[in-house]
Amino acid sequence: MTVSVDPAAGHLEPEATATAPGAPIIQGRSLGQIAWRRLRRDKVAMAGGTFIAFLVVVSIIGPYFVQDPTVYHSSLIDPTFSRPIGPWGGISLAHPFGVEPITGRDMLARIVDGAPYSLLIGFLSTMLAVVIGVFFGIIAGYFGGWTDSVIARAMDVFLAFPLLVFAIALVGVIPNSAFGMSGNQLRVALLVFVIGFFAWPYMGRIIRGQVLSLREREFVDAARSIGARGPYILFRELLPNLVGPILVYATLLIPTNILFEAALDYLGVGLIPPTPSWGQMLSSAVSNGFYYIDPMFMIIPGLAIFITVMAFNLFGDGLRDAFDPRTR
Amino acid sequence: MITFIIRRLITAVFLLLVVSVITFAIFFLIPRLAGQNANELAAQYVGRNPTPAAIQQMVERLGLDQPLPVQYWHFLKGLVAGENYSAGPSVTYCPPPCFGYSFRSQLAVWPQMVSALPVTVSLALGAAILWLLGGVSIGVLSALRRGSIFDRFSMGVALAGVSLPIFFTGLISLELFSYKWPLFPNVQYVNIAVNPLLWARNLVLPWVTLAFLYAALYARLTRAGMLETMNEDYIRTARAKGLRERSVVVKHGLRAALTPILTIFGMDLGLLLGGAILTESTFSLPGLGQFTVLAIQNQDFPEIMGVVMLAAFFIVIANMLVDILYAAIDPRVRIS
Repeated sequence: MTVSVDPAAGHLEPEATATAPGAPIIQGRSLGQIAWRRLRRDKVAMAGGTFIAFLVVVSIIGPYFVQDPTVYHSSLIDPTFSRPIGPWGGISLAHPFGVEPITGRDMLARIVDGAPYSLLIGFLSTMLAVVIGVFFGIIAGYFGGWTDSVIARAMDVFLAFPLLVFAIALVGVIPNSAFGMSGNQLRVALLVFVIGFFAWPYMGRIIRGQVLSLREREFVDAARSIGARGPYILFRELLPNLVGPILVYATLLIPTNILFEAALDYLGVGLIPPTPSWGQMLSSAVSNGFYYIDPMFMIIPGLAIFITVMAFNLFGDGLRDAFDPRTR
Repeated sequence: MITFIIRRLITAVFLLLVVSVITFAIFFLIPRLAGQNANELAAQYVGRNPTPAAIQQMVERLGLDQPLPVQYWHFLKGLVAGENYSAGPSVTYCPPPCFGYSFRSQLAVWPQMVSALPVTVSLALGAAILWLLGGVSIGVLSALRRGSIFDRFSMGVALAGVSLPIFFTGLISLELFSYKWPLFPNVQYVNIAVNPLLWARNLVLPWVTLAFLYAALYARLTRAGMLETMNEDYIRTARAKGLRERSVVVKHGLRAALTPILTIFGMDLGLLLGGAILTESTFSLPGLGQFTVLAIQNQDFPEIMGVVMLAAFFIVIANMLVDILYAAIDPRVRIS
């Protein structure tokens, strides 16, 4: 989906206010302000945004409020079938999301403790992808010629890769302690690196396309005519005009990356247990074969992933429509 | 056209070489950077609890004590020309493409992958037909009735579809249609040559699950593409010259909107042929995807490497075919 955010509007900075006496004062608005106004009217997008804010708060302070996710509650487990006692996976006041089969660990605590990892890896990997993608996208689009060919080809190569297989292989070959890190610290760094490193071409392509049209504009000529050099034009003239698309596609990249991380967890190459992660909770529902005896054990982490990803998608879609209403 | 195909073939070979360099880097360079020495690295290709002699032999065979370019040459030569394996006194020739021997099963990697392939192909092709038909038609209808209840509803479902992890939808469909209401009980892969009906019945759930995700994606893409195309001047022209709405939409609108979707379709199909990892592991289908997961759980490096190369091969080939198809449809592509 290539959406062109009209960059012309972006450079019209605060417009000159009408100075004629008696005339109503017309307040100039930047593209950002216009987009923000549109976004605020979009209830669905705002709902998504609110949920994201809620999720961020939960991941920061939530772990201090829930029970210890590692404590076993064997008294809540049916000894014959190893499933939680009571309907809906043992949901009760003490355990609002029920308990895990076999161990009886509190599900709410595990979900809340898993949230920061999911968000952190989603955010950081997106940031990495944005930084690499924007850097190469701007350079390819602005300089053109063989620089462009090399970078565009490299992006094609990256996009032609079996991402998941490569990511799994890469996480698989790295020993448990390396690069001065070990355990989950290493895993988080590795996941961020792998996901971000394979996602940058998406960003790169979009930015390159934008720059291809931006570089022909008058303000770039103007900057060049007063003697501005490459780096100045790239990062002082072009970059500010790219904030819109960067913001939009970064927001839409986060949910993709969260899903990717959940998939790696599900396949057992993500975070190392007992650190809870949503994908790994789903995979234990499968490997124990508990998903048909105690469906809640799989539904709750699945819904957690789904609602989080959906919130980001709704917000991102709203953001895109706010910057470019034509696609609505 | 022939020069175009030749050029595209050369690019494909070049891409495969790049893929082999990166695969090599992942398996031989990165572990070095992470601080493993030649012996530790070789130990992973020998099996559990290897003897020092076996490790030494593997170091020599992989050329791990030699400089990196030489190691890469060894790696590439094995792929293209095959290799002789000395297992004790006897020497076995491993014909190309030689990905070595799995130490888990003591079998050559390549034949194992070949035997897993039909499962993956069955899964991918069936799902591809479903999602292409479903996704594109929903997208077109949504774009034509923009803002209608149908549009809103289907786009809502599509957004949910792209937000759902495939292993979650897979589990839900198993839970509902295999256990609660056993429409498709006992889902397991049956060879199409043995029993085509059972083959199809047992693949319905995986097909629908996989197709749901992609149909959602394609519906969104088609809708966006159609909205853009239907605003073009030539659509107005087509209407103005009195064409029936049907042929305006299908021949002028859809045809233009479909080309970018074809590109993505080629990539997606290529990607899936390399192993629908999540779907296969959720439904326990013994295809390439499950082969990959097992290889990783067992840390079976020759197998992992083989799968990575094969998956990349499929994507490169699929991309090439799409490009050639494109050039056949749209002659402008050949020039650039």
